[in-house]
Order: sequence, then structure tokens, then C-alpha cells
Amino acid sequence: MLFFIEVVLSGLMAGIMYSLVALGFVLIFKASGIFNFAQGVMALFAALTLVGLMEKFGFPVWLSIIGTIAVMILLAWLIERLMLRQLVNQEPIILFMATIGLAYVLEGMGDILWGSDVKVLDIGIPQGASDWMLDTFDIYIEKLEVFAAATAATLVVILAIFFQKTRIGRALRAVADDHQAALSVGISLHTIWVIVWSVAGIVALVAGIMWGSKSGVQFSLSLIALKALPVLILGGFTSVPGAIIGGMIIGVGEKVAEVYLGPFVGGAIENWFAYMLALAFLLVRPQGLFGEKIIERV
Amino acid sequence: MRTLTRTIVVALFSLPLMSGIASAYELVMPTLDYRTGPYAPNGIPFANGYGDYLNMLNERDGGINGARISLIPCETGYNTKRGVECYENTKNEGESGALVFQPLSTGITYQLIPKASVDQIPIFSMGYGRTSAANGKVFPWVFNFPATYWSQATVFVQYIAEQEGGMENLKGKKIALVYHNSAYGKEPIRTLESAAEKFGFEFMALPVDHPGQEQKATWLQIRREKPDWVMMWGWGVMNQVAIKEAASIRYPMNRFIGVWWSGSENDVLPAGAAADGYLSGAFHQPGDGFPVHDDIKKHVYDKGMGLGERERIGEVLYNRGMVAAMWSSEAIRKAMEIHGTNEVKGVHVRDGFEALEVDEARLKELGMEGFTIPVKITCENHEGPGQVALQQWDAKAKQWNLVSDFYEPLRDITGPLIAEDSAQYAAENSVTERSCN
Repeated sequence: MLFFIEVVLSGLMAGIMYSLVALGFVLIFKASGIFNFAQGVMALFAALTLVGLMEKFGFPVWLSIIGTIAVMILLAWLIERLMLRQLVNQEPIILFMATIGLAYVLEGMGDILWGSDVKVLDIGIPQGASDWMLDTFDIYIEKLEVFAAATAATLVVILAIFFQKTRIGRALRAVADDHQAALSVGISLHTIWVIVWSVAGIVALVAGIMWGSKSGVQFSLSLIALKALPVLILGGFTSVPGAIIGGMIIGVGEKVAEVYLGPFVGGAIENWFAYMLALAFLLVRPQGLFGEKIIERV
Repeated sequence: MRTLTRTIVVALFSLPLMSGIASAYELVMPTLDYRTGPYAPNGIPFANGYGDYLNMLNERDGGINGARISLIPCETGYNTKRGVECYENTKNEGESGALVFQPLSTGITYQLIPKASVDQIPIFSMGYGRTSAANGKVFPWVFNFPATYWSQATVFVQYIAEQEGGMENLKGKKIALVYHNSAYGKEPIRTLESAAEKFGFEFMALPVDHPGQEQKATWLQIRREKPDWVMMWGWGVMNQVAIKEAASIRYPMNRFIGVWWSGSENDVLPAGAAADGYLSGAFHQPGDGFPVHDDIKKHVYDKGMGLGERERIGEVLYNRGMVAAMWSSEAIRKAMEIHGTNEVKGVHVRDGFEALEVDEARLKELGMEGFTIPVKITCENHEGPGQVALQQWDAKAKQWNLVSDFYEPLRDITGPLIAEDSAQYAAENSVTERSCN
């Protein structure tokens, strides 16, 4: 029983790590209807920039984080000017394909600017197993993942306040609901896009820090986007709480499946099991757990 | 006067054929690199070591016996499909055509094995690829010396037995294998199953899917099963995450042994002090304290031609690329000697590989005395010595140290498996076993 609890807890924690990546997707999809294929690479790029500022320029952690946020905001502005602005009113699939191109550009830029080596990211986040949990309850929990869970909770609260209580947040929601209506009341679509991509960039930085601290900053980091996809399918593409809850369900589901079902079918099932779980949800709720139901009049 | 003119003309035309004098004939050596993608951190140092050594031969000696080496890099991204494209695009390059391929991927190697015999280009899958290619009678175009994964697995079993106080003490022990869920990662399973049967230990295999960024479920199972020893056949980020996870569950690092592709600086540095004591297989020394390194620095880096950073010369994977280049160039040299010409092609280089002998004396001449094991290849045996040592990570000094002698593999286990697997390949692909008499 204790081991089962351990598996569930580990799944919850791992799921929250996936949610951190999924959040970036949700923000951009919510505000612009774009499925941002480059979100995983943005996490990589942000983490590379952070380590680069610390290692190559010798900046302290706080200054490096501020510098990276500035870079991500600049990147958002460039994406709006050079990519999104040129594709206004295009089909979603065109915008999706543009983000595939963006992923390659960012990956190449990251390589040229900061190199392809594995970089150790240590900004003081506690790592390793929680000795207290291990010694007292014989339960293994990663301190980094507990920290990530606390960070995710804080992020959700901040994002909720931002969306619900601020003027910009309300404008973002208005744009998300109806571009034309938002434009007609004087909301600048271009400014909103810069803001939402900036916020997604900052969320990508948080995800990059967590995953980079776990495995070192390296180019495989961009593949964490694959872990976020079933979370999005399950939680819904437009819901911030959905990303978190979806992440936890996927995390627990895949860990329980791998540990208890895996040995009977040769193991390594957690990747595809996550997608199977998400697909099963799709059959019941196509919009995901918390996604908005799409009603189209014909 | 006419005779003198004719003599001069003949002499001029003969010059390129004479050993040690530069000729226009270039020795084409494509390099299937991966400097991009999730496995780039491992692909880059290997490619740098491989390229730097061959460039050093060009700069110091004018190539091999005066024929310059033409390196043709092709980016595979550790992707099998792209690797095959690289092979097809580079195999006919230059007058010589490709002389040897180093695929640097078991997946790519498997795809190139049937092609190599048609194109008559040797594949040198150094310490990786299809293990049964060690049988030169069935795989005349593939060489996987100095040791195979199966030999390495039996060496690990012997090391474990030694630590446990003898082979008889393996009985009742539990050994786990955490492996990359790919052709590469699955290679040692049959050997370890055979060893488990023979020595009475319990064997459990735990796959990790590409790329291996998330392995919590695997290490929870290790925590539950409490194996006495854990082996790892990992690559890329999988290694770093596994070492960190092992440290987190307080698994003793000196009971955790990685394959030689799980034993580079990249694999252990992210785990910091927690990686101290971690073990891995090795068939060459780490570090840059050999004369060959001085030559690379002098003839390549001092001229600004280095492919990587000077301070990273001597890293484990750099040295591995370097030793791969050394054996390949020695095979070309041997081919020139056998066929009496510098204008060798792939078919000649294969002969060079089959007659290759790089002993201690030759290693000393190459500035690599004590750097690696002597190698002697024959028509039947493409694995060569099969010997493997273990190295251990010293986290404080941030360096690898060899901590064992070179073990002989358990040929009574690997031999029948190689015979069985190569016979199966021969039957499936209608390959007639050649005679080596």
C-alpha cells in the first residue's frame, strides 16, 4: 500500500512538471487560437539563455532571470512583428505550421548562441529526495518536484488574478472570445499578442528551469512538449486549471500503468499510455475536461 | 635529351605513387555526425575527436602515406533515416569513394549492414551495432572491435562477481538492467539472460523510452525490487536522469554500472557530487596526457583548425572518437601496404581491417602507449580482443579513472550466442558463410 501511495505521489509530481509545459500552450491557444508547436523549444531556449547569462557573462541568478525574461519579451515582440502580423486572418493550420518553423529557428538560434553541450543548471532549487519523507515515512519524493508543484500553484494563482482582475487580462479574454468584437472596442490585437506570447515565454522559462534543473539543460528539453500534449487533450486547450488537473491525471495514470501493468507487457508503456488515456477522455468529452465546448452553427 | 625528358616525365608521374609524398588522390572518409538534436551533447565530442585526429594526420604527416584525407561530415541527428541518406549521399564521393563508415548509431548500423556488402564499403561500428557481426564469416564487411556489447555485459558480470567474492556468490543475487528502449539498448539482454541462467542470479530488464527525460516509474521499481546491482544501457539525457534518480533513491553509485556509452563527463556532471563512485565500461583511457593529444594541439588547434574547444580535448567521448579514427586510419594504411598502392578503395580497406594489428609497439609509435588495448583482427574474428575495463567517476576531481584491469569476456556465453545469431541472419538474408582458410 505504501508503495502504491509512493507511485501515486510520484505521478502527481511528475504530472505537475508536465503541466508547467502545458500551461504555455494553453495561454497562447486561449488568446489567439494558435497551437504553438514551438512551446517546448521556447522552454529550451529560455533555459539555455538563463544558463548562458550565468555561465558566459557571470551574471548572478536574479539578474540572469530578469535578463532571460527580457529576452523572452523581446522574442515575443519579434514573433508578433515578423510572423503573426503577416498571418492575420489566416487559417489556424497556417499559423500552426508557422510555429513549426519557429521551433526550428529557435532551436538553431539556441545552438548558435549557446552551444549544444549539456549545461548544469543550479539556481539553488533543492534537489534529490526529501530526506524527511524518506526517513520518516519511507516515501520517495523529489524536492525539486515539490518545489515545481508550489511554483505551479503560484503561477496558476497569478495567472488567474491576471486574467480576472487586470485590464489587460480582461482584454486578453475578450480577444480570446472574439477577435473582431475585441477590435471593434479598441483592443489592439498586436499588443495583446505580444503580451500573451511574453507571458507564455515566462511560463516557458519556469518550465525550462524545472526540467533543466532535473536533467541538465540540453536539446532534448524541447521534447518535453510531447509530454504536454496528452495533458492538453485531457485538460482542454483553453483551461489553466485543466492543464494542472490534466497533468496530474496523466502523471498518475502513466506511473501506475508503468509500474503495475508494464511488467506484463514488456514495459516502457508510460509514453503511449498517456496518449491512450487522453484519447479515452476524448471519446467522452471531445473538448477535454475543462475545455470550452465548441458549438458551430451550420 | 629525349631520354632525360622521358625520365623526368616518368618520375613526375610516379611521384604520387611513392609512399610519403603528397598525391592528388584523396582518401574520402565520410563522418556520420550528430551535432544537433537531443543526442548532440554526445555526438559532438565524438565527432570532434574523430575529425581532429584525421586532420592532425593531414597536417603532421600529409595524410596517410602522403595521401590526404578528405573528411565529409554529414549530419544524421542520430536519426536512422537521415543516417541512411547520409550514407547514400556520400558513398560515391571523390575518386576513392567512401573508404569506411563509422555510423555511430546501432540503428543506422543495422540498416547499413546489407548495403555495405553490395557497395563494398566496410562498416566500422566500434563497440556498438550488431554484436553477431563479430562473426567475420557471415559479416565480411562489418567490424565491431575492440569489444561488443555482449562481451561487455559478461565483463560486468565478472566485475560484480569479483566484488561479491566469486562467481559462486552470484547465485541468488538480483541484477537489473535499465535500458534505452531501442535496438541498441536491447543488445545485452540475451547475454545477461544466458549469464543469469548459468550463474543463478535473478535478472530484470527495465526499458526506458526515448529520450528518457522522465524515468520515475523505472526507479520506483528499482526501489521496490532492491536489486543488488544495476546496469545501464543508456544514451543522451537518459544517462543524466538515471544517475540523478539513482542518487535520489540512495542507490549506491558503486553498484551502478553503465555501458561505455553511459560513461562520459556529460552523463555525470549534471548530478554533481551525487554521481561520485558511478562506474562504466571503457576500452581506452580518459584524459589528455598522451603524446597524441600534444600532436593534436600542436598541429590542429595551434593552427586554429580544431573542431571543438581546446580544453575539452581528452574527454571520454573525444578520446573515443580519436581512437575510432586511429583504427580506421591504421586499416587504410594496412590496405595500402597489402595492395601496394595509395589509391585504395573500400574493397581494399576491408582487407586492411581484416589484417589489422595495432600492438603495443605500434600504439607507442602513434603516441598512444597504454591508451587502449592492442587489437588484432582476423577473417573470422571482427570483434578483436573483446576486453573491457571499468572506469569510475571521481566527482571531487571531476575526472574518470580506470579502476580495473581489462577483463577477458566470457566467450563460453558470447560464442554460442554469436554463432546462433549470425546463423539466423545468414538464413534470413540468404548469406553463404565464407571460408576463412
